[in-house]
Amino acid sequence: MFIIYLTIFFFFFNGALIIYAVRKWKRRSDKDVTPHITHDTRLELVWSLIPLAVVMLIFFWGFTGYVKAWVAPNDAIEIVVTGKKWVWQFEYPDGSRSLNDLHVPVNRPVKLIMHSEDVIHSFFVPAFRLKRDVIPGRYTELWFTATEPGVQQVFCAEYCGKGHSDMLARIFVDSPEQYEIFLKEGDEQVRKMPLKELGKLVYENKGCATCHSLDGTKGQGPSWKGIWAKTHKGADGTEYTVDANYVRQSILQPQAVVVQGFEPIMPTFQGLLREREILGVIEYIKSLE
Amino acid sequence: MSQAITEHGVGHAAHHADYLEEPKGLWSWLTTVDHKRIGLMYMWSVMFFFLVGGLFALLIRLELLTPKQTIMTAEMYNRVFTLHGAIMTFLVIIPAIPAALGNFALPLLIGAKDVAFPKLNLTSLYVYWTGAAMAVATLALGGVDTGWTFYTPYSTTTGGGVSLMVLAAFVLGFSSIFTGVNFIATIHKLRAPGMGWFELPLFTWGMYATALIQILATPVLGITLLLLVMERVLGVGIFDAQLGGDPVLFQHFFWFYSHPAVYIMILPAMAVISEVIPTFSKKTIFGYKAIAFSSVAIALLGFMVWAHHMFVAGMSLFAGAIFSFLTFFIAIPSAIKVFNWIATMWRGSITLDAPMLYALSFLLIFTIGGLTGLFLASLSTDVHLHDTYFVVSHFHYVMAGSNLIAFLAGIHYWWPKMYGRMYNQTLAAIGCVLVFVGFNATFLPQFVLGSRGMPRRYYNYLPQFQELHVASTVGSWILAAGLFLILAYLLASFRQKKGSVPANPWGGRTLEWETTSPPTMHNFEGQPVLKHGPYDYRPNPAPVGEDSH
Amino acid sequence: MSTATNTAAAEHGHSKFLQHHFREMSQQFEAAKIGMWLFLVTEVLLFGGLFVGYGIMHAKHPEAFMAAHHHLDKVMGALNTIVLLFSSFTMVMAVWASQTNRRKLTILFLVITLLCACTFMVVKYFEYSHKFHDGLLPGKYYTHKGDTVPGQFMFFSFYFMMTGLHGIHVLLGMMAIIWILFRTIRGDFSSDYYAPVDITGLYWHLVDLIWIYLFPLMYLIS
Repeated sequence: MFIIYLTIFFFFFNGALIIYAVRKWKRRSDKDVTPHITHDTRLELVWSLIPLAVVMLIFFWGFTGYVKAWVAPNDAIEIVVTGKKWVWQFEYPDGSRSLNDLHVPVNRPVKLIMHSEDVIHSFFVPAFRLKRDVIPGRYTELWFTATEPGVQQVFCAEYCGKGHSDMLARIFVDSPEQYEIFLKEGDEQVRKMPLKELGKLVYENKGCATCHSLDGTKGQGPSWKGIWAKTHKGADGTEYTVDANYVRQSILQPQAVVVQGFEPIMPTFQGLLREREILGVIEYIKSLE
Repeated sequence: MSQAITEHGVGHAAHHADYLEEPKGLWSWLTTVDHKRIGLMYMWSVMFFFLVGGLFALLIRLELLTPKQTIMTAEMYNRVFTLHGAIMTFLVIIPAIPAALGNFALPLLIGAKDVAFPKLNLTSLYVYWTGAAMAVATLALGGVDTGWTFYTPYSTTTGGGVSLMVLAAFVLGFSSIFTGVNFIATIHKLRAPGMGWFELPLFTWGMYATALIQILATPVLGITLLLLVMERVLGVGIFDAQLGGDPVLFQHFFWFYSHPAVYIMILPAMAVISEVIPTFSKKTIFGYKAIAFSSVAIALLGFMVWAHHMFVAGMSLFAGAIFSFLTFFIAIPSAIKVFNWIATMWRGSITLDAPMLYALSFLLIFTIGGLTGLFLASLSTDVHLHDTYFVVSHFHYVMAGSNLIAFLAGIHYWWPKMYGRMYNQTLAAIGCVLVFVGFNATFLPQFVLGSRGMPRRYYNYLPQFQELHVASTVGSWILAAGLFLILAYLLASFRQKKGSVPANPWGGRTLEWETTSPPTMHNFEGQPVLKHGPYDYRPNPAPVGEDSH
Repeated sequence: MSTATNTAAAEHGHSKFLQHHFREMSQQFEAAKIGMWLFLVTEVLLFGGLFVGYGIMHAKHPEAFMAAHHHLDKVMGALNTIVLLFSSFTMVMAVWASQTNRRKLTILFLVITLLCACTFMVVKYFEYSHKFHDGLLPGKYYTHKGDTVPGQFMFFSFYFMMTGLHGIHVLLGMMAIIWILFRTIRGDFSSDYYAPVDITGLYWHLVDLIWIYLFPLMYLIS
């Protein structure tokens, strides 16, 4: 980089001038008389105008680079990024979501549309030389095209409290084939995970935990503790048994059967959960004694 | 009226007791309106808070020795770096040179008996102490974890003593305004007879430019901080996106003050250096007017670059371009000054006493600080480097390094005038080298960390950053050792007899060296009259007015 | 350098109000004036921040601000404007009277100025208590019912912050006037030394000036 060389050059240039001056014009006696030079307009103009020219050059480089990074191409994949204390959530065009792991295809422009749910965060990808603040109440944008497959680190760069330094994410730059698989089946971690663990992950990340407890306490919805294979009463009085089909129906058409004593407030998860994730939830509920 | 230049001040103080002696007693110090006493009280207060802020800095560096928890929790860490920043900015760096050295030296330099409003001066000291007490009292309310920049909406939602800390900064702003008002009135109205604007010592020009910023920028910070308190107490909504406000507006308001405030920190440092270099080169300053006007230029341009702190905060392309352009522009007056100082040394007769060593350290550290600023002013590189350790290191070079080293240069330069005693020169040279080496060892690795993507204000970090963090932490110990050494030999100088140094130990040509060391209560015997320019080292100096710069 | 060269002036007998570090009264007077002007600059900037904030929020929520300002009483606002303008006039007269050694007249004009200031505060008190009663309060304390346009609390946030800060300034100005009134009665001031009257006058004009901007901004939105 030009500026680095410039910095090093001027540092050593000034340093050398100082050392030279100190050595050459060391005070030899108390009677030393120095020349009375008040100023030299030509010399002063030289050392004003040369730095001016240099910094203007740097300005235009910096500016053109910035302009290029400003406008995203129209065919960019749009991904919605939500920052909140202290996680990054990514929402893909198909509506599926992931936490802290962003998958993007190689050599395709990607546009991130970002906002925050609480305080200001900042999405920082050192490897792509990219950073933009993520602000509550407005959208900021960022775009890039990853040119090499691999994994890149994402930091939160705007101080946001206790978990600021743990608000990390990773960008997985996938080959086109890997990305296709990811879109269908989720990332590798999810694909290899045992069903029960996957169900637990869904429970924690997709919002089930907000309403359904695991320890029997009554929340907005019934607790999941020990409901498997038991018979319950619905709001209209009909009885039903908690089995795989019932759980599946409750996830995809929650209003079909509402348990007695609860409001019909659960949203549908149609399109938000992959097939394997639904199986995972079933396994998970089965495991809760 | 003619005041003989007293080469040996010993004995001259016989018929008038010096300002340290008379009147006696703690009460007389607490109620004094003498600018020298107020300056000294400011100086020791600043040094005390520098010690406190420095201890917090050592704690931060110690915590960062390992990638995970070392000595404290994340909550503690956030409180510690907030206090470090707030104390160092509001209680140390801003008042360090203007309020401490400026109060002591400014009236002496222009041949005045005092500043224009001595009572206001004392008030400003008490306001400073009140603000300091409030800042420290936040510890009792559970501390503050917002960072010293108090960014909304984090600062309006988090708990602890944020409101009190913000009010403390507000109160400290008044102290700063009072000092600024006082200095401008003093420079306008209390110059010695015969001292025109271009016979002012350059320290005075630096103080004038600083005072301008203090007066023009501090009220905006004041109202911003009040709005922040109102937001917390009443929920007025101006910075709250949910209520229809705009959290980024706070950043604009804040940096409109706080960027000029950076120049409140650096201009006085340049002012001190402009005094030290000619004195120890025994040569007239090169380009007096260029240095004087570049101070004012920096002060004014400083108001037009605030948004360069926010290039990644969601600004239009056009605004970004303008602020970047102006920011580059402000590099020029700084560069001019550096070249002028080197040209002053050129063909001079240089002695490397302690103040000069500090001045040379300043030149090198300021050069690094200034040049790394170019990376941050450039839009595309700033996007990468913003809010990383690169920024941390850059502003420590320009604010901490340059300001505090110039503060030390000033203390060493005027110490014999303040106390009539001299410190040990060998220890002073060792101290200066330790500070210089320690400072660079602490902060050079942080440039590398930042360019590799290490974000600032991180409690945990990735393992690949550890080596450089260790280097930085070790550097902080060297720096601390140097600073403690300095404190030790300065205190040791009190064992000497007062008045054991001549009135003019360095052979300076400005007015303060013409009175005794330490000076009497009224500074001079009668009204000193300017007989030659401030940096005229010719054997037969030209009388004032015949040799304009 | 207008005064500094004339050192002879310091030698003739000087006023007891000349502080030791000044050479002559005119130097002291001019220094005090510079100080006051600088202080006024900081005051203008302090309010300037609020004005800018008001402007930005007004531009963001024009309907809410428009609707909210109808709750203000234009008559009371206009009355206060006239009262303050008149007090500025009497303050000018007080400075003139003090400068020309008319002690009784100075006292009279200062008392009138003080009465105007009291009137202003009383009117303000009635305006405030009316708003408190209607729940037209800043921020989260806003409890006014029956709004058709949402977000009006923001206007009242600014209304109370700006008029409140201005009110504090009026109170401080009243204290300063009481102090110089006391000193005038004691007979401190004469044509040689009236700087405190003069700079209090400057301060009082600033307080008026800010109100003259506040009044149309708050009461007369169009």
